[in-house]
Amino acid sequence: MESIADMGGTRGWGPAHPPSGDEPVFEQGWQGRAFALTLLSVWVSGQNIDAFRHAQERLGRAAYLDDGYFGRWLNASELMLTDSAILAPGAIDARARNLTGEDVEEPPIPAPARPDYAPTARGSLRIVDNAPAFSVGERVRAKDISPAGHTRLPGYLRGHAGVVELIQPAAVLPDTNAHFQGENPQYVYSVGFGSRELWGADAEPFSVTAELFESYLEKAS
Amino acid sequence: MTTTSGSGGRIPPALRTEALEQLLTERGLIDPKAMNEIITEYETNVGPLNGAKVVARAWTDPQSRQRLLEDGTAAIKEMGFSGRQGEHIVVVENTATTHNVVVCTLCSCYPWPVLGLPPSWYKDPAYRSRMVREPRAVLAEMGLELAGDVQITVRDSTSEVRWMVLPERPAGTEHLTEEELVPLVTRDAMVGVAKVKAP
Repeated sequence: MESIADMGGTRGWGPAHPPSGDEPVFEQGWQGRAFALTLLSVWVSGQNIDAFRHAQERLGRAAYLDDGYFGRWLNASELMLTDSAILAPGAIDARARNLTGEDVEEPPIPAPARPDYAPTARGSLRIVDNAPAFSVGERVRAKDISPAGHTRLPGYLRGHAGVVELIQPAAVLPDTNAHFQGENPQYVYSVGFGSRELWGADAEPFSVTAELFESYLEKAS
Repeated sequence: MTTTSGSGGRIPPALRTEALEQLLTERGLIDPKAMNEIITEYETNVGPLNGAKVVARAWTDPQSRQRLLEDGTAAIKEMGFSGRQGEHIVVVENTATTHNVVVCTLCSCYPWPVLGLPPSWYKDPAYRSRMVREPRAVLAEMGLELAGDVQITVRDSTSEVRWMVLPERPAGTEHLTEEELVPLVTRDAMVGVAKVKAP
């Protein structure tokens, strides 16, 4: 889906920040707790990592950006937990206000509705019977598509042609797995794109590789 | 989704985190001990020191280097590093003429077992958006000026494949042992936004 999360090539974000030497893993205490809560919430909600990334994609601009990386993890956790009816919408904010001494009514605990879903194996890698559809060195094009749901095909690559550089192990397709519609395992290809193919004749000379699932690709003539 | 309170003020994330933790623990859905273990694990055990050990080994042992470049996941696992976000790690080598740099434009995918959790600049929208559009300019802003003839390859981590850069061993370190090389190797060099400097 079109989302704030799909940032590749977008403008308006200002300069890059020089790395600082000794940044703590969690600059503020809540960030570590939000991190751990998120890892556990994926499991508690009966969802998966693709659904978690899709939850991030569905956040509004403020929910995605205002509290940084761990803020968006927290907000995505809330979305997964309310989608699976582990928490009622508004439950976190009501509790947070009560923690500050307000006295607001908290919504009742809903009947859990976890997705009807179980992975076929741990992790995302899978063995598939078929041979890869594309070979190393072959010219391919990223399909010019705009899926309504989750996808890992970045907008800036759509419609552009590149060359298969590596065939990576087959893996669960995020586009369906995020929606609990099956794993659809397929080969993943590291495809190299020239900067001028992506950004036009004035671009700096460089190349970009991305890992693209087989169903994102078509043969390029 | 609700991220603002009814009274109009935004509820700070620290407070919302505490609320979520309470809501899940009081129903027995999560164990606070498990939470603390996760936090401690990523604060103390899983960090760029792991990757630095992998790099120093590759710099001092040609067979290890070859194995690392051929099967990064296995070579890294043999050194004791595996786990979340490390299902399939591919290692690419930076040289005087070719430069790889890693980004995740869609979220902030990063090879946790060897580098730990990503630093703030890696998660920054400016880095995520611009690295695939003008890497030479972004690297310069971050303090790395590359010569005009250096070929840049940006690795956008769009699947569960994770990339790690094997940085170029700096001149003047030929006499150093593997153990002496480890502290020279920085996280930034293993992502590709810096070079390793001789001491």
